Amino acid sequence: MATKASRTAARMMISPSVILLLGWMIIPLSMTIYFSFLRYNLITPTGNPFVGWENYYWFVTDPSFKAAMINTLLLVGGILLITVIGGILLSLLLDRPMFGQGVIRIMVIAPFFVMPTVSALVWKNMFMNPVNGIFGQMATGMGFEPVDFFGQIPLLSIIFIASWQWLPFATLILFTAMQSLDQEQLEAAEMDGASWSSRFWFIILPHLARAITVVILIETIFLLSVFAEILVTTNGGPGTATTNLTYLIYVSSLLQFDVGMGSAGGVIAIILANIVAIFLMRMIGKNLDA
Amino acid sequence: MNLRGALCAATALVSVAATAAMSEEITIATVNNADMIVMQKLAPQWEEATGNTINWVVLEENVLRQRTTQDIATNGGSFDIIFIGAYEAPIWGANGWLTPLDDFADDADYDLEDIFQLVRNGLSADGHLYAVPLYSETSFTFYRTDLFEKAGIEAPTEQILYDPDFMEMAAKLHDPENGIYGTCQRGKAGWGENMAFIGPLANAFGARWFDMDWQPQLDSPEWNAAITYYVDLMTNYGPPGATANGHNENRALFKDGKCATWVDATSAANDVRNPNTSSVADVTDFFKAPMQVTSNGTGWFWSWALAIPASSQKIDVAKDFLKWGTSKEYFEMVGETEGWVAVPSGTRASVHDDPRLLEAAPFAATIKEAILSVDPANPTKDPVPYTGVQFVAIPEFQGIGNYVGQQIAAALAGQSSVEDALANSQQFAVREMTKAGYIK
Amino acid sequence: MARAVPHKTKVFNTAVAGTIGFLMFFPILWILILSFKTEEDAIRAPFQVLFSSGWTMDSFATVQERSDYFKHFMNSVTISLGSTFLGLLIAIPAAWAMAFVPAKHTKDVLMWMLSTKMLPPVGVLVPIYLIFRDLGLLDTRVGLVFVLMMMNLPIIIWMLYTYFREIPGEILEAARMDGASLREEVLYVLTPMAVPGIASTVLLNIILSWNEAFWTLNLTAAKAAPLTAFIASYSSPEGLFYAKLSAASIMAIAPILIMGWFSQKQLVRGLTFGAVK
Repeated sequence: MATKASRTAARMMISPSVILLLGWMIIPLSMTIYFSFLRYNLITPTGNPFVGWENYYWFVTDPSFKAAMINTLLLVGGILLITVIGGILLSLLLDRPMFGQGVIRIMVIAPFFVMPTVSALVWKNMFMNPVNGIFGQMATGMGFEPVDFFGQIPLLSIIFIASWQWLPFATLILFTAMQSLDQEQLEAAEMDGASWSSRFWFIILPHLARAITVVILIETIFLLSVFAEILVTTNGGPGTATTNLTYLIYVSSLLQFDVGMGSAGGVIAIILANIVAIFLMRMIGKNLDA
Repeated sequence: MNLRGALCAATALVSVAATAAMSEEITIATVNNADMIVMQKLAPQWEEATGNTINWVVLEENVLRQRTTQDIATNGGSFDIIFIGAYEAPIWGANGWLTPLDDFADDADYDLEDIFQLVRNGLSADGHLYAVPLYSETSFTFYRTDLFEKAGIEAPTEQILYDPDFMEMAAKLHDPENGIYGTCQRGKAGWGENMAFIGPLANAFGARWFDMDWQPQLDSPEWNAAITYYVDLMTNYGPPGATANGHNENRALFKDGKCATWVDATSAANDVRNPNTSSVADVTDFFKAPMQVTSNGTGWFWSWALAIPASSQKIDVAKDFLKWGTSKEYFEMVGETEGWVAVPSGTRASVHDDPRLLEAAPFAATIKEAILSVDPANPTKDPVPYTGVQFVAIPEFQGIGNYVGQQIAAALAGQSSVEDALANSQQFAVREMTKAGYIK
Repeated sequence: MARAVPHKTKVFNTAVAGTIGFLMFFPILWILILSFKTEEDAIRAPFQVLFSSGWTMDSFATVQERSDYFKHFMNSVTISLGSTFLGLLIAIPAAWAMAFVPAKHTKDVLMWMLSTKMLPPVGVLVPIYLIFRDLGLLDTRVGLVFVLMMMNLPIIIWMLYTYFREIPGEILEAARMDGASLREEVLYVLTPMAVPGIASTVLLNIILSWNEAFWTLNLTAAKAAPLTAFIASYSSPEGLFYAKLSAASIMAIAPILIMGWFSQKQLVRGLTFGAVK
């Protein structure tokens, strides 16, 4: 059992991080909350009068707000779905005996190292451009009408690009978890005549449960604020088809320079993020304690 | 070493020390348009002559605007020189964010009067000059002489109508099987992108942004007619993926020989007609941007100019660079090193009258005439309370313009109808104008 | 090996996994190819690009001439290494304490730390910008090191915590019995056992910091601008630009890609977040 002295020492060891994170959170956050009650537009210096809840009213009644909420959910949900399922399949595959596994693994994880900006630029120009991109040229070459990715299926295209980056991450973690799977247990089950699907559902999947929660948690943290991919490819459009909450706040505070309204949006996003966080923490807390 | 030699060495040392002390490091924020890239290439000459050094920050247009506005509005002081446009200069100048450049008028060598009056006015507020232009532009129609000949179309000499003249032209020229699109126009959302084309188009159809009481007019039949025309034109005779195409994308397409017509900036003409950079240099010519019910405001006005944030600590050095980069000598230097066809257009009368320019770029006369005929104070058929052709010179416009641009891009992509797009736009504009206190 | 795998199965597995791996890797391979082509060749149809054109280093030269690669590269290195090691310095004691002296609220504190990562950065950009301006931190590497450290600190602490927790407490107690001081305990007992975990934490954080594109773009101008800013200047097209864009992209991602490949064993070994029992 920990002694009183070691408790004190522990507290001293934790406090630098806690103080830093608290400061990092509270100082900008209180400024953001303060700004959210002001009429504060960077391009019209008016002395920033106090306007009460007005900014919140304008942000929530903005027609883009609803679209942004839905898009955020679709983005996070879609990418999670693709990367988790894809990651499970890939790690199952990579776990099988094969030649040159090292090389193949290197190729699979490579996209994770690529900057989001670069990957968005490359997909947008070299692949998804309907005239000069590879997909467009292949379609034209085969006599089809090329798909206008960012015009016709904008959100799906962004989900695809982000999934390309995050699939390797999910695969890495799931593959690591897969390797600690008890092979004898699997073989025993096979001897007993358990089919492949029941082996998957009753042995492999439960074994991966924790790893899957970890993937979901980490990816959600990063995906809630997907930004570079949208900025580079569609600028949130056409219309509001690819505007997520982060991008909407960016539009308010840095394209319209309405810091007041952007801050109101920021506060709303922080509240929503915390709801998601609590939900996720519950889930992961349960799973990690098990 | 004799005394004289020692003295000389000492003076040399002192002068070296003096230059070293004088030499400053300045930071310039710019976009990567062709003319700015040339300026970056030539800038080492200024650095050598003055002993100063330059840090270039090159950004995409929207990002540049965001970064510079953020910095200048918060007095961040990150930049000593910024590239801004005809929209920002008067608004920022009036906010006291820019260093006035009125003393440029006293420099006889610089000859401020030589810069077109229209351009200087566009970069001034309350009688003070806040930026000096690298180039200015209006819009006109780029067309391919070879394709016109092949299709048996006579190039117009007078201003034609959008509907039906221009539409019919695009229809005849459209040949996607062979990789030729009837027309390429901007579709990428943004007040400086698709709205730069759509603004003058709407003007031509008799539309306006606001009535005399600042009430938004986006749900008017005129706007509907203009946007319906735009969507029809682009869907039938435009390239695929037009919602991703801004000025630079279209310029690349046109130079690559994929477009038969293109209504866009006159400033792109020198690049398109430059055989070193373009595959259609010999077969491109120009005519006026079309009109419809009115010819008011059918060609836009824009200028890319250099300005000094009031927060800069190195105003004198920055001013020196501004003078260098927009001087007669600079344009001459571009002519000598890059070819006269590459000289930025639309700023100085003396440059436009230079026989070397007229010989290399005969279209420069057309450009000068087109620019000087723009009247930003009377941009529409009906009277309006604002100035600006493709933009409205109020701070709220960029927010509204971006939103409307997005809505129209959605209509172009087929994600919503023209009616819905304009209804949403109207609603947004009313909200913004109410918020800003124009509508009580 | 528990069982001999038929040769045919192995070949089949290799073919399927190889195809998927190749497709995943293809975009990177493709820009690598394009970066050695001329602009005119770079927009040709895929097969023409491969078979009917020459190779050139021109694009790399053009990019280098226009933007100083090494300055941006050095900034990226400084910022990502700096923020990672500074983060480690603060995180190791915290994670140690949480893992070995758990209190009632340890888990809540940890979860709270993670939740700070969910705040959208764009919501607090203006406040941070104003603070940085007043402290003179705009466009400085020090400022960026600090911001990126704060961004990644929760992840670092969490990763370390999960490794430390895997270390059996008995070993530490034994060391303590033998009279080891706290410092010795951390230095000689804990650290060696935690090396794989620390290594993969370091690697992951270098990757995340290297690729961070929001703060690095918004808080820098010229002096401290890392490779994310370098690539941003090629994001808008200017005539034919595929070869230049490819060259710039390769220059921006190559260092981290190569580092990632060489260290992937370490990365994989430690990247468990306590998910493996």
